[in-house]
Amino acid sequence: MPRKTFALAVIDSGGANIGSVCYALERLGVTPELVSDPRRLALAERAILPGVGAARPAMARLQSLGMIPALHDWQRPLLGICLGMQLLFDHSEEGEVELLSLIPGRVRKMQDAPGIRIPHMGWNGLQSTREHVLMAGIEPDAQAYFVHSYAAEVSPFTLASSEHGQPFTALVQRGNVAGAQFHPERSAQVGARILQNFLTWDGQ
Amino acid sequence: MLSRRLIPCLDVRDGQVVKGVRFRDHVVMGAIKELAQRYRDAGADELVFYDITASPEGRSVDRSWVARVARLIDIPFCVAGGIRSVDDAKAILFAGADKVSINSPALERPELIGELADAFGVQCVVVGIDSLRDADGEWRVRQYTGDPSKTRALRKRTLDWVVESQRLGAGEIVLNCMGTDGVREGYDIEQLQAVRALCHVPLVASGGAGTASHFADVFQQADVDAALAASVFHSGELPIPELKNFLRTQGIEVRHV
Repeated sequence: MPRKTFALAVIDSGGANIGSVCYALERLGVTPELVSDPRRLALAERAILPGVGAARPAMARLQSLGMIPALHDWQRPLLGICLGMQLLFDHSEEGEVELLSLIPGRVRKMQDAPGIRIPHMGWNGLQSTREHVLMAGIEPDAQAYFVHSYAAEVSPFTLASSEHGQPFTALVQRGNVAGAQFHPERSAQVGARILQNFLTWDGQ
Repeated sequence: MLSRRLIPCLDVRDGQVVKGVRFRDHVVMGAIKELAQRYRDAGADELVFYDITASPEGRSVDRSWVARVARLIDIPFCVAGGIRSVDDAKAILFAGADKVSINSPALERPELIGELADAFGVQCVVVGIDSLRDADGEWRVRQYTGDPSKTRALRKRTLDWVVESQRLGAGEIVLNCMGTDGVREGYDIEQLQAVRALCHVPLVASGGAGTASHFADVFQQADVDAALAASVFHSGELPIPELKNFLRTQGIEVRHV
């Protein structure tokens, strides 16, 4: 007998923002299931990979849970948030660690400069670089809340970029895999709309 | 472009938001959740909750309201008050706070800053500094300012502590200028400029906001990343939308709401 699927998994990546991500989804009327078992993940219709902290321990945790092959096999919509988004790329300078390689690109330390403080902390603009349903309803002057010291370069997979000393990828998508460098769970109406868009996205 | 942030500060005592003048004589301003929601709706960019009784009494912040606030609001917030260990911080961050701010306990044991940065990343670790100019002209830090009877003046120079706390892993510094706090005559621009020159992480100004022009002054003259205020917001005298409109006319980038 086929086992019953459920709407939304939040992968227990060990990050401190898991609670906030779950609350944001609850405000949108969806109760996610916190998942640490790849067999359970396989029954989810869509998944979120949150994360706050550093890339190397986060990859080690996914490894210990057996989540890395599960994420490589994953075919349904996936959204990485903050560090969870960075883990989707090939490589991070933070701890010089190989990542999930679901989206091509490298994550690099942001450079400070006069007037450019690191961590990049606060509300910054989202510049749409490519039309996509994940950016539906997001106004051209929309801002989101960022807090990070590493960032992915802008690439053809970038949906929206932002700028702090240099441009970087704020929202990215390749096939069924997407990621937000900012915190949609803490980005007021803009973040709620992007999460809502993800909840109805067909993964194309 | 990164916006300058406006941060209402909610001093919490016994589950209520209170406000004092020069860190004394607290009066009740309202309930935590109602004020948090009101500021979120008004366009506050972030909130800070200080449990002002936690450190002097040697206890950690009551965490039950942290999760209630996290469920309710969709802007970032920071929690401060008697956070003495990685476990204390973990409970608050996992309850839904985005950052923790440490002040007196970091002065007791500076390595706490590095322990928190290693555990959660520097972006979660805010160091709050209460600072006052002494008779010899030096700014020095104060400890346990939540309770005037327990407040201690330390030998540590504020500028030295700013440098040291960044080296240890502070991801943001909040400078509470006690000489201007609560009297609404403007931020301590001179002190904030001196700290700014040494501070390479985001710097938050605190203490002295009374008018919209005080905010413009602190952003333009001290180049701070954020301005924190309490009574001027709690009293309703300076609505945040009005303040943001004014700052925009001064050419200061603030978030649209």
